[in-house]
Amino acid sequence: MKLVKNAAGRLVPAEVNGQQQIPFKGVNKYKPSGNKAKPPVRTCIDYPEDGNKVVKNLKEALKKAGLKDGMTISTHHHLRNGDALTNLLFDTIKSMGVKNIRWFPSASFPVHEHLIKYLEDGTIHHIEGSMNGPLGKFTTEGKMKGVGVLRSHGGRYQAVQDGEVHIDIAVIAAPTADPFGNATGDRGKSACGLLGFALADSEYADRVIVVTDNLVPFPCIPWQIQGNNVDYVVAVDSLGDPSKIVSGTTEVTKSPDRLLIAEYVAQFIEEAGIMKDGFSFQAGAGGTNLAFALYLKERMKAKGVKARFVRGGSTKYLVQMLEEGLTDYILDGQTFDLEGVRSMRENANHVNTSPFTSYNFHGKGNFASIVDTAVLGATEVDINFNANVVTHSDGYLLHGIGGWQNCLYSKCTILAVPSFRDRIPVIVDEVTTLCGPGELIDVVITERGIAINPLRKDLIKAVKNSSLPIKSIKEIKDEVYEICGGAPAKPKLNKNKVVAIVKWVDGTVLDSVFQVLK
Amino acid sequence: MKTNIKKSSAGKKGESVRSDCYFELELTSSGGIKTEIKSKVSSMYGNSIKELIEDICRFFDIKNAKIYLEDSGALPFVLAARLELTIKRLIPKTDKEYLLPFNKKNLYTTTKDRLRRSRLYLPGNEPKFFINAGLHKPDGIILDLEDSVAPTEKDAAQFLVRNALRSVDFYGCERMVRINQLPKGLDDLKFVVPHNVHVILIPKCESAEQIKQVEEKVNHLKKEYKIKNAIYYMPILESALGIIKAYEIASASENVCALAIGLEDYTADIGTQRTNEGRESFIARSMIVNAAKAAGVQAIDTVFSDVADMEGLRQSVLEAKSLGFEGKGCIHPRQVKVVHEAFAPTPEEIEKARKIVNAFEEAEKKGLGVVSLGTKMIDPPVVKRAQRILKLVDNK
Repeated sequence: MKLVKNAAGRLVPAEVNGQQQIPFKGVNKYKPSGNKAKPPVRTCIDYPEDGNKVVKNLKEALKKAGLKDGMTISTHHHLRNGDALTNLLFDTIKSMGVKNIRWFPSASFPVHEHLIKYLEDGTIHHIEGSMNGPLGKFTTEGKMKGVGVLRSHGGRYQAVQDGEVHIDIAVIAAPTADPFGNATGDRGKSACGLLGFALADSEYADRVIVVTDNLVPFPCIPWQIQGNNVDYVVAVDSLGDPSKIVSGTTEVTKSPDRLLIAEYVAQFIEEAGIMKDGFSFQAGAGGTNLAFALYLKERMKAKGVKARFVRGGSTKYLVQMLEEGLTDYILDGQTFDLEGVRSMRENANHVNTSPFTSYNFHGKGNFASIVDTAVLGATEVDINFNANVVTHSDGYLLHGIGGWQNCLYSKCTILAVPSFRDRIPVIVDEVTTLCGPGELIDVVITERGIAINPLRKDLIKAVKNSSLPIKSIKEIKDEVYEICGGAPAKPKLNKNKVVAIVKWVDGTVLDSVFQVLK
Repeated sequence: MKTNIKKSSAGKKGESVRSDCYFELELTSSGGIKTEIKSKVSSMYGNSIKELIEDICRFFDIKNAKIYLEDSGALPFVLAARLELTIKRLIPKTDKEYLLPFNKKNLYTTTKDRLRRSRLYLPGNEPKFFINAGLHKPDGIILDLEDSVAPTEKDAAQFLVRNALRSVDFYGCERMVRINQLPKGLDDLKFVVPHNVHVILIPKCESAEQIKQVEEKVNHLKKEYKIKNAIYYMPILESALGIIKAYEIASASENVCALAIGLEDYTADIGTQRTNEGRESFIARSMIVNAAKAAGVQAIDTVFSDVADMEGLRQSVLEAKSLGFEGKGCIHPRQVKVVHEAFAPTPEEIEKARKIVNAFEEAEKKGLGVVSLGTKMIDPPVVKRAQRILKLVDNK
């Protein structure tokens, strides 16, 4: 495999799975031209006049959709670790004897360990999405036939829109749908909130199959996915395990160290002058993130400050802020608990969004860069503020990129991370895998101190007189190395075998993940 | 009876274990040192773990052994403590101690009248709590060898606490250790006195004699290890007898810096239940305050045990403050901030303190021996207290 050095100094392949690649050129340096991809022309006269697109089962739908070897099949991850449909889908594909599928999920979860046997027997050629848990281990050990491709949620939309990935068949799990294919995620026994990650798939795939366990008479309102884009509808008994789709309730971390980090984050946002009337922030569902939102809420109440909008990852905590009038809107990218789902269903100001509205590279503008501050996590951050979210320091793929890369565009991007986990340093000399260029990462907040990117002189000045423990990132790293017993050894990698690539939001290749040698 | 035990183990293993490790050691007659390491950080620190094990074996002159390690991300000071214990469980006679270098950040000392609003208890055999405790900024950190350590793990905690005193950065917090109830507690002292412990908490204290016993052993160890720094004592009174002897205990040594009360045991001792209102312990608490003040030392209140009830904690601190207590025990880092806030002087107290300190400085400038505010004369202890209040405000 021929590797070239990209603008970030990382070695990346020039060609992956037979497709030419463009090495990363720098943040905002690559502007493709030409026209967007387009799905084939269809006519309504080819579809049942009575609007009933229901076929008897998934196999039938796949057959009618023209499933064959080498196709690209997409799924979405709103059912998270409760997803049973994707496993059923590949059981079906296997039973039809079809091979070499490119699986294009918006993310994968540990429940998809079931698919390892199909990666082994050639049913699935490779994954373009995220390779979490057991799939990550399988991939990193070099066992996948093709090379994995990791994209952000925005990057996935970009790849579909500019034709880098052509979806042959989209299979959309829909907690509620009608026979015409209108579908929603905000109700039904498998309710997951919204279906935004399936939006591009519904618009750009050659064939679209909606699978539901709650078939209702036309019309399904609201129609988050429009039936006009849907070819076939399949009814099944169950899409998955509701308790793993959304949690009954999300809980704030109890770890005193994580709470300390969260407190620092809230204090930083206030003292840096970001927390003011009409501001906006992004909060996720990680334990630290939930806690930071709670601390920020206390500060907002104390100062009488109200946000214009909050971007989530919604949870009951954001819902409380909305209902208490501390924010005008929740712009929701995915819903993490039952309260989030209820609020989305009942409150017009709890708005469902998709990667198109949130952070699509080919959009005419970018929500992500409007947000005042985004608080995110990372597996590693290095002394140049570069960060990693996909691999751990042992070289193994463990997480997807999610919306993380896209959110880096916020006006003040904060990584809230422990400085080390057990004996694993998080603040390091150099990241194992580069996912986010340091120039976009403004502040790193750990339990041992807060490092501000030297590029952000304004932030450094703003908090100069605060009681916050401001340190250089190198100081924090040195302290961590001292605690852990020196610099961690690098994992043993086979530099001749790229097992996955990390795309930047514009479709260029930011870094490679290499095979780990045992 | 002499058995020929050749195998031993120490430490913790299992799914839920974090930042700790488990060792098994079997002495063999040939074949050198054979190690088997299962570690979640083996790709990062596998070599350094192996080197540490080999170094410890060399130090204890172990030439042939099978060593099995199950490591859940233990830091070097934990690995060393666990392996040393494994070895000493097998070869108890050895006097040698495997000591890692003393962390230079831990060289600072303390003073008798230091602020002791909060003291955070850490179970002495739970290393995962050690490393970040100082970040929560309690006035003192207590490594506990007593009630939070299982009777079978007392030896484990001794090695761990010793290593922690040397290696873990306490971030300027006062370095405290609670030893076991006497006489057993006397054996704990050699694990802490040589390693810059600041305050020794003496639990279930009931007589001046016990303070003297501790002091005698401490002085002996200080001499042996050439320790110059002052080591203070905080007796914890936890029984009716202890309360009755409070003044005697407080004045048993000039190195007693505070009297603390332990209410769980006290209420059991007087045959009642602990309540939130605390009527049953009112006398005892007041007696502690009186005895402490009479002896010129600090009075420190018990712990508040409901870690979820921050408002209850706040009220409890305000009540303790009104009785004359100057500190409170914490069993969770999140309690520290609440305790400090509740002990913080009120605006009226600050205002008054400022006036007193101004008057004092004015008098000093004029070379006056007597400080007065308006028509009232101000005694030196009042000035000192006012200065402390202002220092507290400035430090915030």
